[in-house]
Amino acid sequence: MSRKRLLVVGVLLVALVFALPAYARDFTIAMVVKGAGNPFFEACRKGGEEATGELGLNFIFQAPATPTSEGQIELIDALIAQQVDAILVSANDPDALVPMLRRAMDRGIIVVAFDSGVAPAGRHLFLNQADMELIGRIQVQMLAEMIDGEGEIAILSATSTMANQNTWIQWMQEELKEPEYAKMDLVAIVYGDDLREKSYNEALGLFRSRPNLKGIISPTTVGLAATARALEDQGLSGKIALTGLGLPSEMAEYIRNGTSEAIALWNPIDLGYVSTYMAHGLLTGTLKGEIGEVVNVGRMGERTITEAADGGLEVVLGAPFVFDIDNIDEWADVY
Amino acid sequence: MRKLLRHWEFILLILLVGVFILMSNLSPYFLNLRNLLDSTVHFTEKGVIAVCMAFIIISGNMDLSVASNMAMSAAVMGIAFRSGIGIWPSALLCLLVGMAGGLFNGLIITRVKLPAMVATLATFSLYRGIAYVLLGNQAITGYPYEFATLGQGYFPGTNIPNQFVIFIALAVIFGFILHKTTFGRSVYAIGNNEDACRYSGLPVDRIKVILFTVNGLLAGLAAVLLTSRIYSTRPNIALNYELEIITAVVLGGVSIKGGRGSMIGVVLALFLIGASRFGMSLLNIPGQMMTVVIGLMLIIAILLPQLLDRLSGKQGKTA
Repeated sequence: MSRKRLLVVGVLLVALVFALPAYARDFTIAMVVKGAGNPFFEACRKGGEEATGELGLNFIFQAPATPTSEGQIELIDALIAQQVDAILVSANDPDALVPMLRRAMDRGIIVVAFDSGVAPAGRHLFLNQADMELIGRIQVQMLAEMIDGEGEIAILSATSTMANQNTWIQWMQEELKEPEYAKMDLVAIVYGDDLREKSYNEALGLFRSRPNLKGIISPTTVGLAATARALEDQGLSGKIALTGLGLPSEMAEYIRNGTSEAIALWNPIDLGYVSTYMAHGLLTGTLKGEIGEVVNVGRMGERTITEAADGGLEVVLGAPFVFDIDNIDEWADVY
Repeated sequence: MRKLLRHWEFILLILLVGVFILMSNLSPYFLNLRNLLDSTVHFTEKGVIAVCMAFIIISGNMDLSVASNMAMSAAVMGIAFRSGIGIWPSALLCLLVGMAGGLFNGLIITRVKLPAMVATLATFSLYRGIAYVLLGNQAITGYPYEFATLGQGYFPGTNIPNQFVIFIALAVIFGFILHKTTFGRSVYAIGNNEDACRYSGLPVDRIKVILFTVNGLLAGLAAVLLTSRIYSTRPNIALNYELEIITAVVLGGVSIKGGRGSMIGVVLALFLIGASRFGMSLLNIPGQMMTVVIGLMLIIAILLPQLLDRLSGKQGKTA
């Protein structure tokens, strides 16, 4: 072997030795979701992979075989033992994970909750998928487009005590006060209690009691799917417009056949993507985790840290994502 | 060597050493005493019940209701605590409810003469159902700080979790009773031939009631430990624990037909499952894969003794 070649090898070895510590300092971000084999969380994982790819971080994805808090606690324990730098978690229980997440935080690990949060004591930040106001308003906007802003409309909600739904309905009513909806008339709010049969029957009741009904908003996945089926069974597809919050996989057939032209929900890929950027900001120290700080979230632009309803800190993802005939094929398999 | 291999405990020990060697080569974080000790809390609650489940399976019975019983007793404890009677009286109540659940199992098995599998399958649904009725969809939180020491604290002056100490103490006590007392010998006898035991005047029914009652009491204890560890109560806690407990007991060499098994085997099996799961979590192996590995171990546990028997039998014939 020539001396030159030896030299090259030597230089390469030295370079490797110097490169190794740099590689070892790369941050590792771990995502722990509720359970294995859930398409919604596979989409979250895609977002996490995308963001860690952009930021040059290592990414670990873990899910318990069965969706239990005990399983998640066991996984988080192992993540603490292998000294990951940040944990992104969608919790099966807002309280049960707190002791283990506190231990993680005590050992210097950043904890960002997303999708299903944990109590403030067990997290640094929460990524809230739902901007209450935008979610409420967009459903009225979608329905107005379907019925040309004219006619009687109704809301089929979950139970009358659901905090989320009630807040959205308040924002719908706020949006309806705008002048462009002057000819739209909210004539009924009914509750299907998030049960398929009851929602279906409440929808039938609406068709009978309100013969002039032009559109229905159902801000709950169960209610939306049940109403769509009721419309189809009664041959009312296309006569009464339908929109609301629903899972693309559940609603795909109704979107394709025109029973519901468009629905909205948050985008799970964005959830994984943005929570990764939040953890990265806290890791690098560009974020301190204080109210009013601006978070850089890559392709999504910027978000601001605000106080959450539970007293902790959160970042709101933003406007919900609209699914219609143009993108439903792409999303129907995702979640 | 073959004689040693016939001892299931020895095979378990070799497997355990193998897992330690394999995992410490694959992950730099495995062979760390603090990590290993911390990871024991994920199986000690199940272990607390497994020490008595071993008796039940050796006696030819089965208890499928333990995890549901945990949820029921934890729910009662949570409600008692919320009503303001203080955490320790609530914990005591939890033990009593668990015990009552076990006693009820024992009574329907011995009085109504239902097979234990059927009776506890019924209470498996019943107890979980009661937990849901009591708590609905709500969680009980806000347990006092001193309560956490039980499930999250360490034995004074060490890195050993309190739960682990409790588990080892129970394993020693139950191991002694199983192997060194007449009560323990009667449990084996019942598992081998219940009718013969009855004819020879052994109080079979009373022994069964005692076994199921103690199993319930330990389910109550496991519920206290779990509640202290996760610091909250929900009706869906400890899902699938009964299967994981039975898996550990059977992997420990306790014959599912009854009459055979040892406490040291059960303890080794718990360590083996715990170490494998912890190692696989450190390697970030997906959760589904872990259950596959545990399932394979169980199949080996059941097949290997039979294979060895057949092998030695064949050789005996040809020789």
